[in-house]
Amino acid sequence: MALRVLVGCKRVIDYAVKVRVKPDKTGVVTDGVKHSINPFDEIAIEEAVRLKEKKIASEVVAISCGPKQCQETLRTALAMGADRAIHVEIPEPQSNTLEPLGVAKIFSKLAKEEDVNLIIVGKQAIDDDCNQTGQLTAALLDWPQGTFASEITVEGEHMKVIREIDGGLETIKVKMPAVISADLRLNEPRYATLPNIMKAKKKKIDVKTPADLGIDISPRTEILSVEDPPVRQAGSKVEDVSELVGKLKSHGFI
Amino acid sequence: MLMLRSAVKSIKLHKRPFINLYAFQAHQLSSAISLHNVKNSLRDLPHDGPEASFALGVYRGKIHTQQLFPFPDALNDELKETIKLMIDPFEKFFREVHDSSQSDLEETLSQKSIDGLKEVGLMGLQVPQKYGGMELKNTQYARLCEITGSHDLAVGIFLGAHQSIGYKGIVLYGNDKQKEKYLPDLVAGDKIAAFCLTEPSSGSDANSIQTKAVLDEEGKHYILNGNKIWISNGGLADVMTVFAQVPINDEKSEGVSQKVTAFIVERNFGGVTSGPPEKKMGIRSSNTASVYFDNVKVPVENVLSKVGDGFKIAMNILNNGRFGMGAAMSGLIRMLLSRSIEHANSRIQFQRKLIEYQSIQEKIAKMAIAHYAVESVAYAVSNNMDKGIKEYQVEAAISKVLGSESAWNTCDECLQILGGIGYMREANIERFMRDLRIFRIFEGTNDILRLFIALNGIQYAGKHLKELQNAMKEPMSNLGTLWDQGIKRSKQFVGISSSGELVDNTAPQLRESASKITQRIEEFGSTVEKLLVKYGRQIVQEQFILTRLADANIDVYSMGAVLARATKAINENLSTADHELLLATAFIEEASDRVERNLGSVIRKRNLKTFSTFSEIANDVSRSEGVATTRPLGF
Repeated sequence: MALRVLVGCKRVIDYAVKVRVKPDKTGVVTDGVKHSINPFDEIAIEEAVRLKEKKIASEVVAISCGPKQCQETLRTALAMGADRAIHVEIPEPQSNTLEPLGVAKIFSKLAKEEDVNLIIVGKQAIDDDCNQTGQLTAALLDWPQGTFASEITVEGEHMKVIREIDGGLETIKVKMPAVISADLRLNEPRYATLPNIMKAKKKKIDVKTPADLGIDISPRTEILSVEDPPVRQAGSKVEDVSELVGKLKSHGFI
Repeated sequence: MLMLRSAVKSIKLHKRPFINLYAFQAHQLSSAISLHNVKNSLRDLPHDGPEASFALGVYRGKIHTQQLFPFPDALNDELKETIKLMIDPFEKFFREVHDSSQSDLEETLSQKSIDGLKEVGLMGLQVPQKYGGMELKNTQYARLCEITGSHDLAVGIFLGAHQSIGYKGIVLYGNDKQKEKYLPDLVAGDKIAAFCLTEPSSGSDANSIQTKAVLDEEGKHYILNGNKIWISNGGLADVMTVFAQVPINDEKSEGVSQKVTAFIVERNFGGVTSGPPEKKMGIRSSNTASVYFDNVKVPVENVLSKVGDGFKIAMNILNNGRFGMGAAMSGLIRMLLSRSIEHANSRIQFQRKLIEYQSIQEKIAKMAIAHYAVESVAYAVSNNMDKGIKEYQVEAAISKVLGSESAWNTCDECLQILGGIGYMREANIERFMRDLRIFRIFEGTNDILRLFIALNGIQYAGKHLKELQNAMKEPMSNLGTLWDQGIKRSKQFVGISSSGELVDNTAPQLRESASKITQRIEEFGSTVEKLLVKYGRQIVQEQFILTRLADANIDVYSMGAVLARATKAINENLSTADHELLLATAFIEEASDRVERNLGSVIRKRNLKTFSTFSEIANDVSRSEGVATTRPLGF
């Protein structure tokens, strides 16, 4: 069966940027800061495109939820080989309070609309580190899930997923349609070449709103404050074990 | 009538300011007239040519604002988005595929790097899409040049020698057949190109090349013989643009004259060999080699444009790609500033971070200011080119000189800030210093470009002076010209800026800076006129003067670009507007002083005397073939 694949691509602050907290502590500075596609989502797109190249998948649709600039993220996905893209437009400041549950609802709705049988998302976003969207989407659709995937193999109507877990690797078999969340070692994404960027300009990006999909994306949590982690205190070196014991004693630890 | 006679007198006597009464009246009228002129003429202001060029207008004391105010912006949103997407893949290449230090050590570009460049699609950036190119506009290309500048200049030369000059001749002057035959492979990077002009006895003096191409008896091939030296990509190129002298029967003089002609030459025509890679100070991984042509048979179809067009083609190719260097230099300066401040923000000496010391602050500030100027000029030039302006050669030359020299000075200071660390190879600063040195030499030495800038300006001003002299022969019918001049002169003597144009086009916070520039431009115009009257045509020999005029011109154009850019930042409420205001004000303050000094020195007797002294000293040294003094010890 030819798979129709949906891939979630979140626009996040670039991994190399030194993030700074806003003076009013409501969040981090995003104005004028470099953004790019969430690295795990990039891996997800790469996997989907590889499935297409192996002729296992017939179409790859990239989705991004957020303000207008998300279209840049989608263009990157298109340049990597996605066929089409859907931009669910959520303007700021609403997009700042978008939660995984809202995204999962959007993904499940679109999965049904687009008649999709495989969803691949990154395991988590590097800005909020939630690690929920894949799991919530599977639950809403009542589909099986293979999370933290470091290798996936299609075997007929099933998919073998090798998962990265604390103890090592776990191999499971899921029946499709299914949701997969991509971990770091799943693949190494190609970089979009300039010719592919030019070709991607001709690919379609459909724009929808949560209202079009009939979805309530209001947040269930409230951000009280965003602060820098405490400045790390300097440690001290000790010459030998007796000095170590002495210090532990004087600090009241033993 | 009184006005007119006074005007004519003041032109003839231009040695002393005329009496105050006239000056006062002129002042009254000037404000009314200049505003009136500004409002009316805005509608029919030319957009191209010397009458639109800010850099050239200066030589007549005129402020042509069209090409700088507002700061030119030629790309639409789609083009901006496209180039934005192309930045990451290119950066990724430098981060993950190419190893600059290793390439520099091995003095070669690895196949892995070349394959990477081909894969990312960087070998045909400005070629039309129908040949497989990216069809980038100049401003888009400039943004990518910034990336090469900040990572590895040698890769920049490999790419530039290939597409900016190597096969640019085919893009600009090739016929459809030549384009279809050669461009697809070159754009894919399957074939490499090189630009073959320089010879052992022919560097700046391009017309003196000795490589010859003689039509064979059948009239189907030119037989090419000659040696080219220092050709970038010379050892790698499969397709070369070669410049050679073709003997032509001169009908008029009944003799044979040599006409420089451009040819497309393939290595596999046979008879083409290249020497070993030259050992260089910098850009070591870029291949530089001699190329020898020994009875190479070049089909007549491979002549670019037509016989005799070679010199013009060579100059246009260089001119066409020159803007890229300014952008590359601005990318490099940006990176060097980051390195410098990284060190200054963390290094502690005498219990304080380096950045807290004024002498370091000055270095950092000067780097930031230099970056702003170089970047503003680079993007002003590329955007104007994209707007369709064809006469940009002076501005492009200014960008090249300003960029290469600012980058050199910045690199030097960055190394200084890093101190001993900066001197170590590991810090990767010395490599940039070594790579940078050639940028003041190739693609038109900065010395030649200064003369080019000044002579272009002088020629433009000289033409007008001729008009003025003609007008004086028929004063009644040339009232307008004389009136203009009369008022201009009087205002100058009184010290009031004639045109409100610059000040009117600027944000309020910059009005003082604008007014400084206006004054400098007027002084420029009057200085040039004095020089023309004093030296006439002989001015072209007065290089002491020409180089100083060029320096002043570079400073004035930069001031204009920076003023326009800062105004844009303020008008658009950019978050960095305050900082840009600081950069602009400081730059204009210092540049204005430099201009005053340079303009003064070409007129002032004591400076002119020093110039003569320089010549005498040089002659003595030439005769002595070295130092011409007696040693302190006598031996």
